[in-house]
Amino acid sequence: MRTILVLIRKEFIQIRRNRIMIPAMIVAPLVQMFVLVFAANMNMRDIDFHIHDQDGSTESKQLIAKYLSSPFYSYGGQVFTEQEGEELLRRDQTDMIMTIPPAFGEQLINREPVAVQFLINGINSAAAVLTASYSQSILLDFNQELITNYLRISGQSAPGRIDVSYLHWYNPELDFKIFMVPGILVILVMLVGWLLMSLNVVREKELGTIEQLNVTPIRKHQFIIGKLIPFWILGMIELGIGLTLGRLVFHVPILGSFGLLIGFTALYLLTVLGFGLLIAALSETQQQVMFVNFFFVLVFILMSGVFTPIESMPDWAHWVNLINPLAYYMRVIRMILLKGSGFMDVWQDFASMALFGIIMITLAVRSYKKRS
Amino acid sequence: MSRESIIEVENLTKRFGRFTANDNLTFEVREGEVFGFLGANGAGKTTALRILCGLSKPTSGTVRIAGLDASHHPDRIKKVIGYMCQRFALYEDLTVFENIQLYGGIYGLTPREIRSRSDELLDKLSITDLRNRLIRSVPLGWRQKLAFSIAVLHRPKIVFLDEPTGGVDPIARRQFWDLIYDAARSGMTVFVTTHYMDEAEYCDRVCILSGGRIEALGRPEDLKTTCQVDTMDEVFIRIARKDQT
Repeated sequence: MRTILVLIRKEFIQIRRNRIMIPAMIVAPLVQMFVLVFAANMNMRDIDFHIHDQDGSTESKQLIAKYLSSPFYSYGGQVFTEQEGEELLRRDQTDMIMTIPPAFGEQLINREPVAVQFLINGINSAAAVLTASYSQSILLDFNQELITNYLRISGQSAPGRIDVSYLHWYNPELDFKIFMVPGILVILVMLVGWLLMSLNVVREKELGTIEQLNVTPIRKHQFIIGKLIPFWILGMIELGIGLTLGRLVFHVPILGSFGLLIGFTALYLLTVLGFGLLIAALSETQQQVMFVNFFFVLVFILMSGVFTPIESMPDWAHWVNLINPLAYYMRVIRMILLKGSGFMDVWQDFASMALFGIIMITLAVRSYKKRS
Repeated sequence: MSRESIIEVENLTKRFGRFTANDNLTFEVREGEVFGFLGANGAGKTTALRILCGLSKPTSGTVRIAGLDASHHPDRIKKVIGYMCQRFALYEDLTVFENIQLYGGIYGLTPREIRSRSDELLDKLSITDLRNRLIRSVPLGWRQKLAFSIAVLHRPKIVFLDEPTGGVDPIARRQFWDLIYDAARSGMTVFVTTHYMDEAEYCDRVCILSGGRIEALGRPEDLKTTCQVDTMDEVFIRIARKDQT
């Protein structure tokens, strides 16, 4: 026991002496939150569109006016030939070309079907899908007005219309920040636990200090606990910093039990620390450890559901996510913070995380060798 | 010498794949001896030393340290040995005293023992003023002496030194050997690898390795007589490099 305390004190002195570590722990969550929350916003604004109006009638002008008045679109200009429009798209100078065919207005008056063409820049497929759906809904709106007007002219009342209105539970304003902040907390806690920890252990290998420890009577478990506890505490502090910032700056709600969140984070940290230790045990240099970490961390983050819902991933992704600690934590932290879920709602994840943590730590202890 | 043997090595062999680093080594080291392990780079000195310290497992053969079988009691052996290698093993971002405190704590010394031994150690090296300096800012020669003093802080029966004086100037080396003698005088057994032949002269007995095998073993004077030369340098060239001369 005393040996472990001696080792823990040593780690904390080293952490305190490290000029970068503590500022980084405070600055990193700030920067990540600001960058990801504000920049990685999934709502579209300022869709640049060009118009190829081959008709020039009152009706076509009315349609164009609808787009101009939308806050999502910004008018880029007019093109006069198809080639000109395609050229703009090809050079990525516009997001969309809207082509209104000749005789658009005339056909509308004659109540004939008529088509409008949208050529959408598909480089960013997510943006393209959003652009298409916005454009379509404006068009539908225009269509509806036309129908209503005609009917009124012919003395009939407009037919009943089914409107779909949405109510978004748990995030009523569909505020992207509230969705993202918990996700960033997941990543931050992982970075501290996993990356800092594995780098620290491999650094001792590189410097040779680990060898000096290996000739002492320190037991394997003492060494590992002596490494785990300091970084586990750092991870918890990082959660505190991140949560405080999220609360103060982004007003992220904490609906569920704080204790439950702490408890789950404790298990999550144990798992990611286990990953860090395992990779450190199998690597010899900081370069190796960074490279292997990068691979796992990137895959785990992308598949964790921080940006895109896991539900829309293929089946194999669900299998991969069984060994992705971030996926468990991502789901649970959002449930606790945003939905106010209690223990009974997340107990299965709780159990999985605990089991996972035990497995990872066991693997890490086993892979750490005092003798080669 | 009628002293007891404290290290007994029998038929020690270590292979890495098809390469044999230690080929059937058999020797013993007696209590209180300064035992030198000599050899060119790649002769297998470090490999053997790492096995004796329990950092590496032998492919075959037996090693007994202080009467304990190394493959059965690695943890008990670790309490009675000290180790220092050329590659620096003190924590550079800890102070001199914090390093002493760390290793003292690991070996189970009480805070009071740590304090008194630390004062004694710093006093002996006359570097009391460096007590709270980071190792990073302590000159290399002093660091090596410190590393040695910390390696024997828990008063082990045997201390293993792997090329302890690499990269140090001759004067600092001389001072370092004074420390080794002090330790030996107090009854500690010193097992040291080196390729400086002047250092070989300081040893009670030396063992010359070449190509993983023991080529010669004995007191420096005896080896010189056998080879009919005046210095260990010549002995070494004759024995260790005989395939090249």
